[in-house]
Amino acid sequence: MANRAGVDRRTLVAATPAALVLIWVGFLARGTSAGAAIDQPGRFVITILDGLTSAGLFFVVAAGFTLIFGLMRTVNMAHGSLFLLAAYLAVELQQRMVGKRRNIVPDDVDLLAWVVPLLGGSAVAAVAGLAIYLLLLRWNHGQELRQALITVALTVILADQMLARFGGLAESMTWPRAVSHFIEILGRRYATSRLFILAIAIVVGIALWLWLNRTRMGIVIRAGVADQAMVRALGINIGVVFAVTFFVGAFLAGMGGVMAASFAGVATGTDGQWLLNSLVVVIIGGLGSIKGAVAGSLLYGMVTAMAPAYLPQDYTVYSIIFTFVLLAVVLAVRPYGLFGRPE
Amino acid sequence: MNAAGRRTTGVAAAVVLLAVMPLVASGFFVNFVLTRTLILGVAAASIVFLASYVGMVSLAQWLLVGVAAFTVGNCVAEAGKGLKLGLNPWLAVLIAVAISTLVAFVLGAIASRTTDIYFLMLTLTYAVIGYYVFGQVTSISGFGGITGVSPPGLFRGHPARLYYAALVASIAAYAVFRAVRRTPFGLTLEGIRDDPVRMSALGFNVPLHRTLAFTIAGAVASLAGVLNIWWNGQVDPTSINIGATLILLIVAVIGGINQLEGAWLGAFAYVAANNYLRSLPLIDRIGITEARFNTVVGVLVLLIVVASPNGIVGILTGTSGRLRLAAHPAPDLTTTDLSDTTKPPTNVPPTNMEETR
Repeated sequence: MANRAGVDRRTLVAATPAALVLIWVGFLARGTSAGAAIDQPGRFVITILDGLTSAGLFFVVAAGFTLIFGLMRTVNMAHGSLFLLAAYLAVELQQRMVGKRRNIVPDDVDLLAWVVPLLGGSAVAAVAGLAIYLLLLRWNHGQELRQALITVALTVILADQMLARFGGLAESMTWPRAVSHFIEILGRRYATSRLFILAIAIVVGIALWLWLNRTRMGIVIRAGVADQAMVRALGINIGVVFAVTFFVGAFLAGMGGVMAASFAGVATGTDGQWLLNSLVVVIIGGLGSIKGAVAGSLLYGMVTAMAPAYLPQDYTVYSIIFTFVLLAVVLAVRPYGLFGRPE
Repeated sequence: MNAAGRRTTGVAAAVVLLAVMPLVASGFFVNFVLTRTLILGVAAASIVFLASYVGMVSLAQWLLVGVAAFTVGNCVAEAGKGLKLGLNPWLAVLIAVAISTLVAFVLGAIASRTTDIYFLMLTLTYAVIGYYVFGQVTSISGFGGITGVSPPGLFRGHPARLYYAALVASIAAYAVFRAVRRTPFGLTLEGIRDDPVRMSALGFNVPLHRTLAFTIAGAVASLAGVLNIWWNGQVDPTSINIGATLILLIVAVIGGINQLEGAWLGAFAYVAANNYLRSLPLIDRIGITEARFNTVVGVLVLLIVVASPNGIVGILTGTSGRLRLAAHPAPDLTTTDLSDTTKPPTNVPPTNMEETR
């Protein structure tokens, strides 16, 4: 019975804040910028959509992070640096393809002038990630904290070198003209580019799921997550699988970087911000779990979208605190995240 | 003389040497190198304490330094940003230490059931969220920060006064951390570092002990925060951003994360490099300029972690091949490949990579 009481208390810890938030958003939030959902259903739907599209971007970046950790137990602190590197390179590539260095408008950009920089930037990030793995992380496999420190040092070096190479000003990509217009949702304008982000995230999610569940390599990866020694004992060259996983994880960081550069622009310091985003998602969802990355992205995306919209107008500066509250609530209930498992 | 005695003698000699430094060294050296070293050292020592005694590598210590600094700023400043309470500077110190300790207790309690790499990531998350809190909540700071904060009259005037304050704080931090180790509480912490499951089975409240250790480290880190704002005269969120957070970990790692003394050695190495690298002859010929200082630091750290994870102390004492960062007993870093490892002498099936070594 004691055990059951414990479970009940945990459910209560998680359910009470959720219920309070729903009541507040639904009926009481009259003095906020968005207004109570019952009065302003359009604004509510828009906010939910904002949360979903942010979650899509969080997912693409965090999936790479959690994939690498899940298989190799490597926390890649340089994930944000790879993100930023791909973003900067894609911006340059797009400028060359369009033939202008500034004031690029969506009408200048055909789909190719967005997709090629996306793939090019991500590929460079992926190769850089692969090089980091082969040179610095392969020989000290399993020493989690040492690997974290090595990637911390890389973060410092890469941030400084990118500052020297690309300067301190914000850079941004331009969406292709095909996705840069607005549609009407419940009487409100909504940017198609945000829905485009969500679509890419869903495609990435499905591709990852197919890769991990329907291919031979995916089976090996899942087996490696469960019991690496056994996979080796079966004669499988897991080193190759590690390298491929690192490549894919870094590629996803790069994709996220290019998407974020198109969405909001990137600058010095964006790498740290996106390392934070990845960390929050995987701490909430559970390290190493793709399902967890989906759940973590959704929760975090909703909080970042709803906190500024549904806090009383004088208090919107406190919205960052709700990220912390979300972390605290999840960790109080599940110390290893929603889908994580203890070591 | 035994090892502990030698250690105490060495530290005592270092303290005597530091105490006479203002008489023999230049004002610049005392103010810009030694005072900075001692302040950074106190903060780094709180990381080393948690890492070496409890097996928790915390990235939240620089945030706690910042919390204390912002508290002093809010309490003391009479104009500009923040709460502008205009309190007595000594009272501000008490409030700052109390608030930092309280914040450390709450953060530690939330993190108390996470370990190893999870703890590292969670504390990094704290640090970055803290940066945004001070940046965005304009009633306590905003991105512009708080300026015009001066120390109490006792430490004003000659820079050696603040230097001695930092020296006293360093001695206090060192003494507290050494003393904790000899208490039953400290022994329990080491037991938790080595085998949390067994300690839990013996009836110790493991999360509570971790929380309290984190709280003690936070209280010590807050001293560094108070000194830091006195030295700088101002504080802004940029000073606690992710870069600064990682620098503090780097300082602890350069010095050697297993020995308290390493915190101050690492701080000295960092501050000295920061001040003197530019004046090395021919340094600009190989493309190293002051502006690229972080690259140099990063490369140095990379070399240290790759070659000797125990940092300067590890190199000095010849223990460079071992790393005791994790809650588990030290893995031997000389075996580099997982394929030639043997299972630990236990009948418990290995559940993670750490165990399969």
